[in-house]
Amino acid sequence: MSPDAIPMSTGRYGSNAGQPLTRRDGVLKVTGRATYAADNTPDGLLYAVTAVSTIARGRVAFLDVAAAEAHPGVVAVMTPANRPPLFHDPEEKMPPFGFRVEVLQDDGVRYVNQPIALVVAETLEAATEAAVLLAPRYAAEPARTDRASGERYAPPAVGVGGSPRTAHGDLDAGFARAARIVAAEYETPAQYHNAMEPHAVVAAWDGDKVTIDMPNQAMALSCAAYGAYFGIPAENVVIRSPFLGGGFGSKAILNGPQLLAILAARQLGRPVKLALSRAQMYGPVGHRGQTWQSLRLGVDEDGRLTALHHHSLSATSSFDDFLEPAANAALPLYASPAILVEHEGLRLDTGTPGPMRAPGEASGSAALEIAIDEAAEACGMDPLVFRLANYAETEPGSGRPFSSKALRECYAEGAKRFGWSKRPLQPRQMRDKNGFLLGWGMGTAVFPCPHFPASARATLRADGSALIETAGADMGQGAWTALAQIGAEALGLDPDQVEFHSGLSTLPDGGVAGGSGHTASAGLALHEAGIDAIARLTELALNDPASPLYGAGNIGVTARNGRLHRRDDEARSEAYADILTRAGAREVVGTAKSARDPAVAAAHAMYSHGAVFAEVTIDPDLGQIRATRLVGAFAAGRIINPLTVRSQYYGGMIWGASFALHEEAVTDHRTGRIMNADLAEYHVPVNADVPSLEAILVPEDDAYVNPIGVKGVGEIGVTGTVGAIANAIWHATGVRVRRFPVRIEDFLAV
Amino acid sequence: MTLSISLTVNGQPRAIALDDPRVTLLDLLRERLHLSGTKKGCDRGQCGACTVLVDGRRINACLSLAATLDGASVTTIEGLAEGEALHPVQAAFIACDGFQCGYCTPGQIMSAVGLISEGHAGDDAERVRELMSGNLCRCGAYKGITEAVLQAQREMTAETGRDAA
Repeated sequence: MSPDAIPMSTGRYGSNAGQPLTRRDGVLKVTGRATYAADNTPDGLLYAVTAVSTIARGRVAFLDVAAAEAHPGVVAVMTPANRPPLFHDPEEKMPPFGFRVEVLQDDGVRYVNQPIALVVAETLEAATEAAVLLAPRYAAEPARTDRASGERYAPPAVGVGGSPRTAHGDLDAGFARAARIVAAEYETPAQYHNAMEPHAVVAAWDGDKVTIDMPNQAMALSCAAYGAYFGIPAENVVIRSPFLGGGFGSKAILNGPQLLAILAARQLGRPVKLALSRAQMYGPVGHRGQTWQSLRLGVDEDGRLTALHHHSLSATSSFDDFLEPAANAALPLYASPAILVEHEGLRLDTGTPGPMRAPGEASGSAALEIAIDEAAEACGMDPLVFRLANYAETEPGSGRPFSSKALRECYAEGAKRFGWSKRPLQPRQMRDKNGFLLGWGMGTAVFPCPHFPASARATLRADGSALIETAGADMGQGAWTALAQIGAEALGLDPDQVEFHSGLSTLPDGGVAGGSGHTASAGLALHEAGIDAIARLTELALNDPASPLYGAGNIGVTARNGRLHRRDDEARSEAYADILTRAGAREVVGTAKSARDPAVAAAHAMYSHGAVFAEVTIDPDLGQIRATRLVGAFAAGRIINPLTVRSQYYGGMIWGASFALHEEAVTDHRTGRIMNADLAEYHVPVNADVPSLEAILVPEDDAYVNPIGVKGVGEIGVTGTVGAIANAIWHATGVRVRRFPVRIEDFLAV
Repeated sequence: MTLSISLTVNGQPRAIALDDPRVTLLDLLRERLHLSGTKKGCDRGQCGACTVLVDGRRINACLSLAATLDGASVTTIEGLAEGEALHPVQAAFIACDGFQCGYCTPGQIMSAVGLISEGHAGDDAERVRELMSGNLCRCGAYKGITEAVLQAQREMTAETGRDAA
């Protein structure tokens, strides 16, 4: 596959923006022709396998390099003793999203599954076996992997550059006038992204230029970072990432193993492929860090919040900082005159955490939504009534207006669909037909709307077709489909008339596929590039006496169905192809470089909102918990593709169910090793675990968030859902569980 | 050491000189035969991404040594469509949005084809969910997957009925 021709396919149904088009890449994905990074096998390919540490802290005392080198087919064994130089210090963080990485800079071990050597061989089998033959011996030190042994510290920032502490109003006064105070502690575990596609790279050098096949959520940033590591200009790095087999935040950041494979390809003068094993993904490629959160809520006689205090102790590694900004969940949602959110760090001997689908929002929402339920219970109020009593009409603290907020409609639609009005106030009131305890709970969903600078190009061709281009990333969210719809609409064409090139770093920078901001960010660039192309085409027509549009001037034209129409007389129109042909132009090219208007952003609070309602059943004898039904109602601005957006909500809600009931990395604190670093023991939901799902798309117009009115949908489904399930469990049993995942043993003896 | 085996892959007879007895069917397909549609998600039979049909039965290609399959017939995701005409299961996965990132999709589809042809699924959604639970989907496309399996099964049953008549 040449870098400038990522294959795109048709074979879809439907027509244009706002329509539930099936996926543009659907045929490629169901036929096995979609090429993920590790599917590439260029001529002369070598295979790399990392050897990884089995201790959490200490140093590598011995590697049997001779044994590995002696294995037939082995070409090179890279260790700290012979690792070629890099041009950037791996201990130096590279902004904005750079982390310290392990690239064999020394013999130190700072977490389990850290790369300690790289074996390169003619075959995967030889590299795999030779990596085992290295049989490392260690000088181990005691692992610090739990709350008691980790070092606590005051973090300078949380998440990516976020403030660790935010205070609004007088907290002490708020608690002093509270009629009731509800306080509790909540615990969320370490979770691993576990995208189905392991992190992979195929690197091929040509002189001082390198082509890298890899799944990548942030191509432009990565090109610059790889350029720095290899001492070459960013434009000498070409990243091809037409498909990502899931990302969830784990494929936006450089990591040690991929850097080492690219380095080996340069050293050996041959292409090198490396794909992490599943177990090796539990270390160097990020995870959701553990949190211990405490919440304290003051409520007056009428059930209105008087004070809200949210504190999170967030775990990170011993050598770098990424703290779940969990306590920030208390900032945007509930109207309290006094709010204090605070974070503290805890250093553990683990790989550095990173952003994982709804980083901070998910774990923070999990705790906050239970606390809100507990406060409602303390007031004897229905949880929905309580939430409405504390509805924030403006952003709490700042008082800024929301750019749009149809949360009230989400509550109403979701509750109606779910049948919430029939919910008994007291717990343990309902049973299903099998005699299992049945409970209903709810949670509020919220997610901010970041916007990344992005560029795009739109080319109208004399044959009436068009090409739109941006280096976007489709990791399953449906970017290819939605972005093509936005671009086609701006051009006044059907998506089938538009060729869409994406997933390649030499295209205009599509920004970061993260923060649920990709459709808005790359979409706005495509929208503006399309408008620019139409403007250039219009200029050709207006200046051409032979055109029926000649002289329309200030009256203007509209672009529709491949024709420009005079605004005052729709009957006077001309096809794009005719305008270009008569002008002797092969094509007209529009470009755009888009960003959010900082003044509009400063004046408004921008969030997607939603309400999630959950039903659970619990076997009173065995404690087995099933989430049986989830209804989510979400308002996220303009919906480009209802089909793919629903799938994003379903996926998010399943992640919420997984957070509540399944996922947890379990560490043996004696050794610091993760005991379930595989897909059998680390539980992600299987098909049979998934409840009945419904996602309601609540209409919402947003005139401020960006000119296309699009908010994000990719992460919000995780928030709200976790708390809704936990609250339903309380409603079924009368037992408050404040540690995730909720376990069978939490209900023995209910 | 070279081992010679014969395989029928997607209907094509292939004489294969295996350079290494450690090669799994999955790595044979992906790295040596360049049939990369079959995916590696865990390499230990836990995720189902590598599901293929061997002599019509669903197996995890990562758990099967190629050398043990002399004479077998292997069907992969590349062997389902006839030219541009998609297999009913493939078409149903698109129509029902039964995937997002697409990485588990070849395995999901091969599992669905296998269980439909084995006559296990019936029209019971609960049973389909259970039978498809050997194939993980981290994006959470399960609702669409279940609908796709049921839809394809209905279509295929109707077709068989027509053929019989």
